[in-house]
Amino acid sequence: MKYIDEFRDGDLARGLSAAIRQAAVPARSYHFMEFCGGHTHAISRYGVADLLPDNVRMIHGPGCPVCVLPVGRVDMAIRLALDCGVTLCTYGDTLRVPASDSLSLMKAKARGGDIRMVYSSADALKVAQANPEKQVVFFAIGFETTTPPTAVAIKQAQALGLKNFSVLCCHVLTPSAISTILESPEVRQWGTVPLDGFIGPAHVSTIIGSQPYEFFAEEYRKPVVIAGFEPLDVMQAILMLVKQVNEGRAVVENEFSRAVTREGNVKAQNLVAEVFELRRQFEWRGLNVVPYSGLKIRKEFAEFDAEQRFPVAYVSVADNRACECGAILRGVKKPQDCKLFGTVCTPENPVGSCMVSSEGACAAHYTYGRYKDFQ
Amino acid sequence: MSEVKRGYVRPLDIRHGRIDLSHGSGGRAMAQLIEELFAAAFDNEFLRQGNDGATLPVPAGGRLVMAADAHVVSPLFFPGGDIGCLSVHGTINDVAVMGAKPLWLSASFILEEGFPLADLKRIVESMASAAKDAGVPIVTGDTKVVEQGKGDGVFITTTGVGVVPDGRELSGDRARPGDAILVSGTLGDHGMAIMAERESLGFSAPIESDTAALHGLIEALLASGADVRVLRDPTRGGLATTLNEIARQSKVGMMLQEKSLPVNPEVAAACEFLGLDPLYVANEGKLVVIVAPEDAEQALAALRAHPLGARAAAVGTVHEDPHHFVQMTTAFGGKRIVDWLTGEQLPRIC
Repeated sequence: MKYIDEFRDGDLARGLSAAIRQAAVPARSYHFMEFCGGHTHAISRYGVADLLPDNVRMIHGPGCPVCVLPVGRVDMAIRLALDCGVTLCTYGDTLRVPASDSLSLMKAKARGGDIRMVYSSADALKVAQANPEKQVVFFAIGFETTTPPTAVAIKQAQALGLKNFSVLCCHVLTPSAISTILESPEVRQWGTVPLDGFIGPAHVSTIIGSQPYEFFAEEYRKPVVIAGFEPLDVMQAILMLVKQVNEGRAVVENEFSRAVTREGNVKAQNLVAEVFELRRQFEWRGLNVVPYSGLKIRKEFAEFDAEQRFPVAYVSVADNRACECGAILRGVKKPQDCKLFGTVCTPENPVGSCMVSSEGACAAHYTYGRYKDFQ
Repeated sequence: MSEVKRGYVRPLDIRHGRIDLSHGSGGRAMAQLIEELFAAAFDNEFLRQGNDGATLPVPAGGRLVMAADAHVVSPLFFPGGDIGCLSVHGTINDVAVMGAKPLWLSASFILEEGFPLADLKRIVESMASAAKDAGVPIVTGDTKVVEQGKGDGVFITTTGVGVVPDGRELSGDRARPGDAILVSGTLGDHGMAIMAERESLGFSAPIESDTAALHGLIEALLASGADVRVLRDPTRGGLATTLNEIARQSKVGMMLQEKSLPVNPEVAAACEFLGLDPLYVANEGKLVVIVAPEDAEQALAALRAHPLGARAAAVGTVHEDPHHFVQMTTAFGGKRIVDWLTGEQLPRIC
C-alpha cells in the first residue's frame, strides 16, 4: 500500500533500533510519554517496545478520547436515548464505555434506546435530515481532531434550519491534559515519576500546529517531538528525543512535517472558535476536574446544544475505588500494577476506562503484550 | 408438503408480491410458496417425497457428521454473493472441515412480513445453484413468517449431514508443537465486502466476498496424504479467533509471521481506512490447516493446485505454551499477542 508500507518497513525499523541503542547512554534511563492513544496502539500492535533498549521506557499517556470520557458524560448520553427518546448517534468505540448501573451505550441500545454508530458528524446530520419526526443528538467526543467536523455539522444544521438536530459536546483539549500531567505532584513536586519528554500528538497537531507545545518545552524543560502514528514515525521520534536529552536540549521538534506546521490549520481553528468556547472546568476520567480543558457550544448556537435542549444535567460519578486508571494515565503505574487488571477488568468487562478502547494503555497491554507478564 | 391444484390458484406474483403472514400460516398460501418457489428451485427425489422430513439412505461405514448454521446478514445481497449461497456454503464447509463428505442439507426460512417475493426468488435460486454446484441437495426445510419489524427480511438456517470415513481423525484438539499452520488464501475478503456494502463506503474497486464451498479443496488436500491434524474455516472472528479456539482446544501456543499472511491490497486498504485488523475479519471460503511439519510443503502444494487454494501460504507454527497464547512476529520485527476478538470490531475514532 503506497504511503503505508513505507512507514512499516522492517529493515528500516531495525536500522532505527540500532541507532536508538547507539544513541542511548547506557548509564542513564529515558522515560518518554506518548500522549496519544494512536501512538500507544502503534507501539503495541507492531511490537515497537521489543526494538528498544531496556533503558528506554515508554509511558502511555491519556490521549485516548474514549478513555478520558467520564462516566457522568456517558450517563447523559444514555439518559438522552432512554429517557428523552432521542436518536443518539455516536462514534463506534464509545459504545462499550462503562457507565452507571452496569450500563453502556451498547447495553442501552439493547434496552430499546435508538443508538446508532456513525463514522462522522456529517452522518449524524444525515440521520436528522432523514428522520424529521425524531430528535437526533450527536454525541461529540474527542480531542482537537474531531472538533472541527462537529463545528461544521452545527453550522450546516443552522444553515439548513434543522429543528431536530443537536450536539452533546464533550470535546476536550490536549494542551490542558499535558499541563495537568506535568503539574501533578508525582511529576512536579515529588519527582517520583521521571518524564524526560513527550511524543506529541499526530492528528491533533495537524489542527493546532506545533506552537502550543513550545510552552511545555520551555516552562517544564521537556523536549517534545511531534510524530505520525506509523510505527517508524514513533521510532524516529524516540531517537530524536534521546538525542535532545543527551544534548540537554528541550525544544519542540516536528517529525510529522509531512502533515503538521507550526501554525496548524488556521481555518479549522477559526471555525472551532466561532462555534465553541472554553468550559470553566471539565471532568476527565482518570485526571479529575481539569480547568479550561473542555469546550461547550457558544450561546449563538444554543439551539443545537443538547444540554440546553434536553433536561440532562451532568452528575459526576466516582470511578471504581480499586481502579488505577488515574495513576496509569499519568504514568505513575503500569497496567499490570493494577489489582483489577486481567482479573476483574478485561476488554470483555472493562471496569476502568483504560481497558475500553484499543488505544487505552490497559487494553493495549492486555491485547498485545500480556505474554510478557508470564515470561 | 401438500399438493395445490393449479387450476384454482393464481400463481405467485413474484414480480410485485410480498411476503405476508399467510405465507407462514400453514395454509394454501404457504403450500403455494413452497411448491412454486422452494420445491421448484431445490427439486430432487427426496424433496419430492413431500413429507415433513426426508427419508435418506444410511451410508455404509464411517461416521455421520451433522452441522447447523444460522445466517443473518445485512445487506442480503453483496458483491460476490448473497445470504442464499452463503447459507449453503457455510454449512457445507462446517461438515467438510470435519473431514466428511457433505451429503444433504436442510434449509429453514424465517421471513419478515413485507419481504419482496422477487428478492426471495433471487435468494432461493442462488441457494439452488450453490447446492447444485456443490453436489449437495437440499432435501427438507421449513418456512415461518414473522410480523414486520420482527425480522431483518430473511433469516436462513441450514443443517448439513455428511459422512467421515473410518480412520480419518480431524479435530480441534489435535494440534501438536512443531506443526505448521497454513491458510488457503487471502484473509478478510468476505467481512470487508459486507462492511463496505453496509456502510456504503464506495471504494473504487469493489471488494468481493470469497464465499465458496470448500469440500473439493479439502478432498484434494486430504488425498495428498499429508498428515492433517486440524481443519477449520475461519468465519466470524477471522483467523485470529479460529487459531485461539484451536490453541485452547489443543492446549498449545502458536506463533504467526505477519509477513506471510496473505491479504488482498484492497482489503488491507479498507481495513486501514476503518482502523480494523484483517486477522479478525470474517472469511467464507478459506481454510485453516494444521499439518505435521514434515508434510507442510506437500499440503501447501496440494492446496495451491486447486483453484480455491491458489494463494495458500504457510503462516506460522504451533509450539508449547501453557497459556495457549497465539502470538505474532510483526513485519516490524517486534512481537505481539493475536488475542481473541473482544465483542465486535469497532472503528476507532481517530
